[in-house]
Amino acid sequence: MSAVLDWLDQRTGLRQITRAALFENIPGGARWRYVWGSTVVFALGVQFLTGVFLWMGYSPSAQTAWESVFYLQEQTTGGWLLRGLHHYTAQVLPVLLVLHLLQVVVDGAYKAPREVNFWFGVVLAHLVLALSLTGYLLPWDQTGFWATRVSTNITGVVPVLGPAIQKLLVGGPDYGHLTLTRFFALHAGVLPATLVVLTVGHIYLFRRHGITAKEPRRRPDAAFWPDQVLRDAVACLAVLGAVLFLIVRHRLFSGHGPLGAELGAPANPAEPFDAARPEWYFLFLFQFLKLFPSGGEIWGAVIIPGLVIGVVFLMPLLGRWRLGHRFNVALAGALVAAAALLTYLAWDGDRRNPDYQRAVAAAERDAARVKTLALSPARIPVGGALELLRSDPLTQGPKLFADQCAACHRYAGTDGLGRRPAPAQAASDLQGFGSREWLALLLAPQGVASTNRFGATKLRGGKMVKFVTEKVAHYSPERMAALRKVIAAVSAEAQLKSQATADRRDAALIEEGRRLLRDETGCTDCHQFRQKDEDATAPDLTGYGSREWLIRFISDPAAPEFYGERNDRMPSFGRQQILTEQQIGLIADWLRGDWYEPAP
Amino acid sequence: MTHDDQPPGPQRRVFLQQLCATAAGAVLGTVPFGAGLTVFFDPLRRPAAAGRAVRVASLDALPADGVPRRFPVVEARVDAWNRIPAVPVGAVYLRRRAGNQVEALSAICPHAGCMVNFVPALGRFQCPCHNSVFTTEGRIADPASPAPRGLDALEVSLRADNEIYVNYQRFAAGVAEKIPLA
Repeated sequence: MSAVLDWLDQRTGLRQITRAALFENIPGGARWRYVWGSTVVFALGVQFLTGVFLWMGYSPSAQTAWESVFYLQEQTTGGWLLRGLHHYTAQVLPVLLVLHLLQVVVDGAYKAPREVNFWFGVVLAHLVLALSLTGYLLPWDQTGFWATRVSTNITGVVPVLGPAIQKLLVGGPDYGHLTLTRFFALHAGVLPATLVVLTVGHIYLFRRHGITAKEPRRRPDAAFWPDQVLRDAVACLAVLGAVLFLIVRHRLFSGHGPLGAELGAPANPAEPFDAARPEWYFLFLFQFLKLFPSGGEIWGAVIIPGLVIGVVFLMPLLGRWRLGHRFNVALAGALVAAAALLTYLAWDGDRRNPDYQRAVAAAERDAARVKTLALSPARIPVGGALELLRSDPLTQGPKLFADQCAACHRYAGTDGLGRRPAPAQAASDLQGFGSREWLALLLAPQGVASTNRFGATKLRGGKMVKFVTEKVAHYSPERMAALRKVIAAVSAEAQLKSQATADRRDAALIEEGRRLLRDETGCTDCHQFRQKDEDATAPDLTGYGSREWLIRFISDPAAPEFYGERNDRMPSFGRQQILTEQQIGLIADWLRGDWYEPAP
Repeated sequence: MTHDDQPPGPQRRVFLQQLCATAAGAVLGTVPFGAGLTVFFDPLRRPAAAGRAVRVASLDALPADGVPRRFPVVEARVDAWNRIPAVPVGAVYLRRRAGNQVEALSAICPHAGCMVNFVPALGRFQCPCHNSVFTTEGRIADPASPAPRGLDALEVSLRADNEIYVNYQRFAAGVAEKIPLA
């Protein structure tokens, strides 16, 4: 063994390098306050290691970025841990950088002859922030996508070169494949390579000048190994512990919370995303930007931060004077305090903003839903996971309903998304449309003219309301029993998933109901049912509430087989090309409760 | 006061520090590296999809003269996160023999996995990579061929008298035995 080492040492000088690395003198002995630089190096090391492994599973394109991250996170053994380590170490890094910077400034470690090393450090800190910015986009989820749009748009406000820089960063006028390939090349290639070179320079200069001992020296000098190394290692363990805690915290507290880093719904440029926020350590800039009126963004985003960084750069020169050093310490403290205050204001503003809270909840719902769909046997189509969401009635139905239907209709008293719209309800509540309960209220004397059915429409004075309030109101118990069978029969036309069991169980009763409907209750005086009736004046009951019926109805409620010229205000969404056939299908499926659910 | 209550000697203290620092360093390295390796080795935990009979062609499409013809195998393919309902996943050679018997050969050379071509002028399969030559039955035709075994026969079945179904499978390359990849 020692012969091999001798051989190697003669050719490489290994022993001297090791000695130099391990037995660096620490004047005044090892101290806890010296650990911050080492924790930053450790965190960067974790990022390199986990980053290379993540690279093996990542596919940078608009149709595969989210999908590959999803696959890694949800379907690869250990993927949640790997991505969690990378994500949360990135969250911890800015904190460590600030602590490192504060220690350097407070201890005056930037003073001559260490000015150049201080500047290395400031540049390195910016490289780390650039890595965060570029990394935030790579999963191509809603949060990362919208936050990056904001930051690249800010680049665009820089005078003269701004628009060109923005276009070069984004890879074109629009966000897509080239944005990802460029950001990925920056994040995994250019920035880390620069970071390595500068870190080597930073550590070399640090070793050249030695540690800046904190006076008074409390103990005799010691060697870096093992005294300081042990302290450094314990601090790094604490960092790792914090990261691991962040990875598992949801699971710790709820038992079935998600493990690892968040992954929102896939980026969707076509839909507003009201929960867009930058990473928490950029929140102070986000809040700062709010202070500037339109046209003044350049002050908040470029000029003032640029000046502050400029002053930070000058710190080693100012620090030559006693007063200058005090100014530096005060400035560093003030900057951290101001950033903390702005971050708190941003956080507190969001906490008190019900719209933002609702947007976050909606974003979480979409994210959970798209993951359920992506795990379905159909998996993810080649077009990407966004297609899953776009063709999912459960998520799209309520959005379309809120946009197109909720001006008049309600769903469980809301606009489908849980909000209570300002305009008064002017048409029926469609929750459970076509179900027995829904029809029972329609055929109840106290229900038919209520706002939840025909009460707010011009059909309030129509034959159906008259029929129910004048005839059904005086039905004998036997006729009521017959009516219930008719309701079951009409409801069975809808073939609702939620009623499949009841429909099967009551097959005989439903058959009887159909006969009653045709022959006894007088329904077919106005409605047609299972046979052509030119004189029908009310909506067709054949297939009432079924997918096909609903699509035809929403497409053209004024068609002769529905309300004809008696139609109130409802637009013909299909005939007037307000909605596409697919969108109408999504509304119909959602109203009918027909969407993919994983097998229990 | 016993001897044990004495503060540890500097030698022992340094040794303990070295031990603790090394142990801590090991943990610091193992956690991220271990997570990475776990993900890296994930493919070893995934079995290949089992072969399944898929319709490849109709008997009418096969010449009666016994000359092999190549057909694509179209199947659902799961590629990591994607599922593609129908996509060509490979190719087979089909050959009609007397009495409507059909033979299927994998088009993949058992030597190194290139796709072989049938050359009608020679009446032989030829591999474009390392020049292995096979007979129409799939046996090695030229002893100089580097292929360790003949072309792999695949299970064929005829359904409804006309529809040819092939159990499309891949086998390990470079070995004399025909070992299904799983």
